[in-house]
Amino acid sequence: MSITRDEVAHLARLSRLALSDEELDHLAPQLGQIISAVAQVQEVAADGIPPTSHATGLTNVFREDEPAPCLTPEEALSGAPAVEMRRFKVPRILVEE
Amino acid sequence: MDELITMTAAELSAAMAAGEVSAAEVTTAHLDRIAAVDDKVRAFLHVAADEALAQAREVDSKRQAGEPLGPLAGVPVAVKDLFTTLGMPTTCGSKILEGWRPPYESTITRRLRDAGAVLIGKTNMDEFAMGSSTENSGFGASHNPWDLDKVPGGSSGGSAAAVAAYEAPLALGTDTGGSIRQPAAVCGIVGTKPTYGGSSRYGVVAFASSLDTPGPFGRTVLDAALLHEAMSGHDPMDSTSIDAPVPPVVEAARHGDVAGLRIGVVTEFSGDGYQPGVMARFTEAVELLESLGAKVTEISCPHFKYALPAYYLIAPSEASSNLARFDGMRYGLRAGTGSAEEVMALTRAAGFGAEVKRRIILGTYALSSGYYDAYYGKAQQVRTLIIRDFDAAFGQVDVLVSPVTPTTAFPLGERADDPMAMYLADLCTIPTDLAGNAAISVPCGLADEDGLPAGLQVMAPPLADDRLYRVAAAVEAALEQRWGHPLLAEAKGLTAK
Repeated sequence: MSITRDEVAHLARLSRLALSDEELDHLAPQLGQIISAVAQVQEVAADGIPPTSHATGLTNVFREDEPAPCLTPEEALSGAPAVEMRRFKVPRILVEE
Repeated sequence: MDELITMTAAELSAAMAAGEVSAAEVTTAHLDRIAAVDDKVRAFLHVAADEALAQAREVDSKRQAGEPLGPLAGVPVAVKDLFTTLGMPTTCGSKILEGWRPPYESTITRRLRDAGAVLIGKTNMDEFAMGSSTENSGFGASHNPWDLDKVPGGSSGGSAAAVAAYEAPLALGTDTGGSIRQPAAVCGIVGTKPTYGGSSRYGVVAFASSLDTPGPFGRTVLDAALLHEAMSGHDPMDSTSIDAPVPPVVEAARHGDVAGLRIGVVTEFSGDGYQPGVMARFTEAVELLESLGAKVTEISCPHFKYALPAYYLIAPSEASSNLARFDGMRYGLRAGTGSAEEVMALTRAAGFGAEVKRRIILGTYALSSGYYDAYYGKAQQVRTLIIRDFDAAFGQVDVLVSPVTPTTAFPLGERADDPMAMYLADLCTIPTDLAGNAAISVPCGLADEDGLPAGLQVMAPPLADDRLYRVAAAVEAALEQRWGHPLLAEAKGLTAK
């Protein structure tokens, strides 16, 4: 079980990580080693065993929908890299054809 | 050393209540200690000197006015830098959050402030709590007060080092795969991973949400229990918080007793890779428990050997999803120019360190269509089998015991670029996280090879956290009687150099 440098580059794109060539060269063999190790879970006989996503067994925790104080716009924007007209200013999302 | 910094939280609390010392004097003594040693230990990323003194003076005036005060009033607490705190930065050890000042307070730090605890600063950690040495911090590693060339463990290594170096009597950490217990063990102090859901995650920057558990560090079992009790309890702001009474941990810590207790030794946690000196101290601790009246048996938990691989699928999968929020749009670093997508990718490449990138890619891989069933899905089934192993074991015994981590503190740099070697530090602690159980690390002596501390891990079923303290307090009392002093009195890292 291994992973190629191209696969790592693809996963990095999916993860929105602009990795350098040096980083890809370094990470790909390390990830191959890690994936070989974690693949041990496939040895376990687990047919019919239900999966556990979390341990508390809690489902659908509800509360009353009551108005309560929340962050002011200034507080919510206090850490923003760029602000305009009391809004988060972000780079262009849609590109004109 | 100033006597005030060597006192336990319980002793400080009593001295302040008796009017022998003020909270301002206690805080000043700890700030002085930080100023004197933290250039060597590097436990803190931020010291809130002025705010801490203001909190302490407020406690003093309340006390003078005769207001009722809890046991932590005026006691300094160091806070792992992933709890959001008003008035202090929160970086999670990451360049992507450098300088970020969160607009809201975590439930746990809010509770501690309300209890009069003095939040003295924010401690160093492996970036986003991923690591076992603090070497993955974006701001440099912390150093072990026993030997400054060794790691303090991680990810909550700054908190453990701060307590071991007498910079604070108490500290907050979080445990996802062992991030409280392993640093506690290698720094020779007490650390607890409470039952999952027993301590609120609201305002705790998320790594792996189904595992992340905030918990306490102290130099004594009682001190850890005092912080455990103060920080715990149901929180409507955390939907995974358990709506049940906090187990009576302080009461248990005051009455260490193992007479008649059934204790299981996990047979899977020994053999290759375990340092002989760590195993020798562990074996002696088990013999000690037996001599104190416990009934000791060996217990096999056959799926525990798959806990580490299952964890390194589940935790990175959750992390790859949780860390998607760091996109350079609403807070934190923004790097580069171009489209939103290009800025995101450049921001994340510039802001995250190597281990975070490894885990995001690993998690993305494990969750990919085509690999999901073989990796993430299978790991979730293994998680069920590990819970069943615990259930079977706790049908026969009251608690399980093992070493906390296979070795003592390793040299800085030794495993820094060897992820698999680093991951092995959490071999014995991970099953408890996967099952959502509670476990404690309590010092059990020094390994012969290197004179560095080893820890005894005690594991209990969910919501039986008090059992941990009952056992740990008995071990602590018996060992300190044997040694004639607390183990930490032998730490020479800050005096020898």
